[in-house]
Amino acid sequence: MGYPHPSHPRETVLLSRDFGDPEARRLDVWIKRGGYQALEKALGMGRDAVIEEVKTSGIRGRGGAGFPAGVKWGFMPKQRTKPHYLCCNADEGEPGTFKDREIMRWTPHAVIEGCAIAAYAIQAEDGYIYVRGEFTEPIRVLQAALDEAYAKGILGPNAMGRGVRIDLTIHRGAGAYICGEETALMNSIEGKRGNPRVKPPFPAAAGLWGCPTTINNVETLAAVPHIITRGGAWYQSLSLSNPKSTGTKLFSICGAIAKPGNYEVTMGFPLKDLLYDLAGGPRPGRKLTAVQPGGSSVPFITAEEAERTLLDYEGCLAVGTQLGSGGMIVYDDATDIVYQVMRLARFYAHESCAQCTQCREGTAWTAKILQKLLRGEGRNEDLDLLFDLGEQMTGKTICVLSDSCAAAVTSAIQKFRPDFEAYLRDGRRAGAA
Amino acid sequence: MSDPLTLTIEGREVRVPPGTSVLEAAKLAGVLIPHYCYHPSLPVAGSCRMCLVEIEGQPKLAASCATPAAAGMKVHVTSPTAKAARQGVLEFLLINHPLDCPICDQSGECELQDYTFQEGRQATRYGEYGKRYNPVEDFGPDVLYVPNRCILCTRCVRFMEHVAEAPVLNVSERGDRAHIGIDQGQLLDHPWSGNVVDLCPVGSLLSKDFLHKARVWDLDKTASVCTGCTQGCAISLETRDNTVVRVKPRPNAEVNRHFICDHGRLHYHWMNRSDRLETPLVQEGGRLVAADWERALERAAGLLRSARAPWVGLVSPGASCEALDAAARLLALGKGTGAFRVATGPEAPLAGVPDLALRAERAPNVHGALAAGFTRAWDAAVKGMPGAGLVFVLDDDLAGVEAPPAGVPLLYVGTTLPEAARGAAVVLPCANTAEEEGTFVNLRGHREAYYQAKSAPGMARPAAWVLDAVLTALGAGTGVAA
Repeated sequence: MGYPHPSHPRETVLLSRDFGDPEARRLDVWIKRGGYQALEKALGMGRDAVIEEVKTSGIRGRGGAGFPAGVKWGFMPKQRTKPHYLCCNADEGEPGTFKDREIMRWTPHAVIEGCAIAAYAIQAEDGYIYVRGEFTEPIRVLQAALDEAYAKGILGPNAMGRGVRIDLTIHRGAGAYICGEETALMNSIEGKRGNPRVKPPFPAAAGLWGCPTTINNVETLAAVPHIITRGGAWYQSLSLSNPKSTGTKLFSICGAIAKPGNYEVTMGFPLKDLLYDLAGGPRPGRKLTAVQPGGSSVPFITAEEAERTLLDYEGCLAVGTQLGSGGMIVYDDATDIVYQVMRLARFYAHESCAQCTQCREGTAWTAKILQKLLRGEGRNEDLDLLFDLGEQMTGKTICVLSDSCAAAVTSAIQKFRPDFEAYLRDGRRAGAA
Repeated sequence: MSDPLTLTIEGREVRVPPGTSVLEAAKLAGVLIPHYCYHPSLPVAGSCRMCLVEIEGQPKLAASCATPAAAGMKVHVTSPTAKAARQGVLEFLLINHPLDCPICDQSGECELQDYTFQEGRQATRYGEYGKRYNPVEDFGPDVLYVPNRCILCTRCVRFMEHVAEAPVLNVSERGDRAHIGIDQGQLLDHPWSGNVVDLCPVGSLLSKDFLHKARVWDLDKTASVCTGCTQGCAISLETRDNTVVRVKPRPNAEVNRHFICDHGRLHYHWMNRSDRLETPLVQEGGRLVAADWERALERAAGLLRSARAPWVGLVSPGASCEALDAAARLLALGKGTGAFRVATGPEAPLAGVPDLALRAERAPNVHGALAAGFTRAWDAAVKGMPGAGLVFVLDDDLAGVEAPPAGVPLLYVGTTLPEAARGAAVVLPCANTAEEEGTFVNLRGHREAYYQAKSAPGMARPAAWVLDAVLTALGAGTGVAA
């Protein structure tokens, strides 16, 4: 991946080619390396042809939900009766995930180009890049790149000199995890409290200011120029396992791992190889115990399950978890899983927008039970209660924040029940003195 | 409008217009789906998740308030999954709730209490943890906020934002720390802000006027019409022991939807006045002495028979149409002219509801009085008093009006006896709005009925009865009084 360590030969370096090279931020250098050719090409194609190309590529949303991006673009009304908007979701707040940050830091023009192509395809004249507020450096880099792109006439009222208006604006978030949820993000851009909206209507029907809106993740949009330049069929061919999962995916690996960082591999890459070969395996003298392959919101899998997982949407589902954002959190035998799960629950309790009852109260209650367990005051029925709360918090709310909390907690208890029982029995961690 | 569609709710078929929510469709089918954040006069929030129902063929439970009814839909409200989900919501809502029902004004009309009794858990599973605590906040002139009881349904926030269009309330904080906040330096003093108390499904927003006044199960509720202005909002007069203790709006889609203004809400204390006329009075030996109805009516009839025309009438636009009609008939006997005056104040519209406002004219039956033939020419009528053969007053307090000169007899029918009427030949006591039934005509011409909420003091009778009795004594009555 190129930063902070050289890319591994088994990586498929597409988005991360220029990671670690500050030169790539400069427009002239970016253009020398082939930048904005895709936009040039796209503006020469019909809008529908661009959408078709993206559909052909099979690229699925990289933010976590995995919805086919081309299909999403195709939901936009063909007749423009109201303004259309594009949103680039750069509110990368999922614990364990730091891929979009690197894309924006090192290759801001890839994001801008992807946004411009998408805006053109969906007939949007205005696009908003909603960047997580804490990302001060990425915002600075992205803004500088945006300024350069405007100065060059790549964006603006006559983008690329082709008579199309494409304006992009950076909107800086204010620190709420929930604003990464697509409709909360739109509320936030509108200046409202970042609460997810009841769906339907979906954004393609009524998004930003009630107008048709497409929202894509940074990584999805950054891949679009490659799809346009080299063709959807080429991108679709990047698939090692299931043909429904195509292209490359950045995995941010963090936690109990020798070489944490971003790794870009083709869809279907074996998780075992990613962990042990690319990321160096466990730290010396340690043994991996658990992995959350797609960020804090996806169910835990054991190290054994991880070793037979193929990294694509279907491969993760097959072992009972999800590909999510690709923010991989790795745990080893030094990790207190009960404590880690409490940390996650506390995070969700802190970030719940407070609209839905189950989420507002359930996340906080879950965290309290886990804290009580950690104090050695747990009771046997607490685990059943956690499952019960998990059931109440799943599939019943406006967005999936409470589902995410429940998934992490219940999967951890299912997979690592002895660790929880040790706290119930001994009031302390299994094996602790 | 496209054709109605048919769906099945709890096995009952119901036909509804397209666009109707499942929750509203269920109401039409006679099924009340428990809910908190939903309110028919507010935009849908879909956030309390209490109205979850099972819809055949849908993998997840659906929030019935935010789900449009579709043809052929089969909805189950009391299926085990739907009930379990609502029981879960109730449990979550109660974990931080103080359960202080014994001292809570909402107790008895609390939706949290009702639904918990209906389908909540028997016992808590949260006993080991402290409950969230936030102190009571004074939101404004009549509203207290008790955050510990709040279930964050946001009805109050949405009312202020979308109906009053004065968004001073907000949801502050996130997660289980969230509470209703009021914008820095703001007060909940909008002329319609009291509605948040009615909208609040629990005891979190309280009226200071009603604070700890009565248990609601002790209240008798009577359909009435607000006397605060010419809008004619439908209200409920709530009484305990013959005292009006609270005014609540009564839904009326044409006039006031679910709302009343603060002026109207607090405009009831006069109904409980204790300085009331309780017996008929007749002038004897230079002073008013109590008389029974028979004697007083005889005296009144004699007075009217002998009085020369023209008569002058001063009436109240707060009297019923029935009383005003009788007053007009009475005045016609003496070729009299009648006028009324009406107190005024600033108009205060409720921005989000068309044609709903606290009107400038602060009396309920201005238009009933006009229809009965009375005019606004008050000053001319007062000027005409010295030259009149008789002055007849129907419940005006005569403030600023000099008593008619000696030789011009005064017949006073009213609820109280003002100083200027102490020289009256005959005084007949009448009931106030809360003590009688009658009708008012509002400014759009709607004739609205109100009913008796408490008994009139002593021998006081409804003004329409009193006047008809006088007319009957003159041989011109309708017999109502008989």
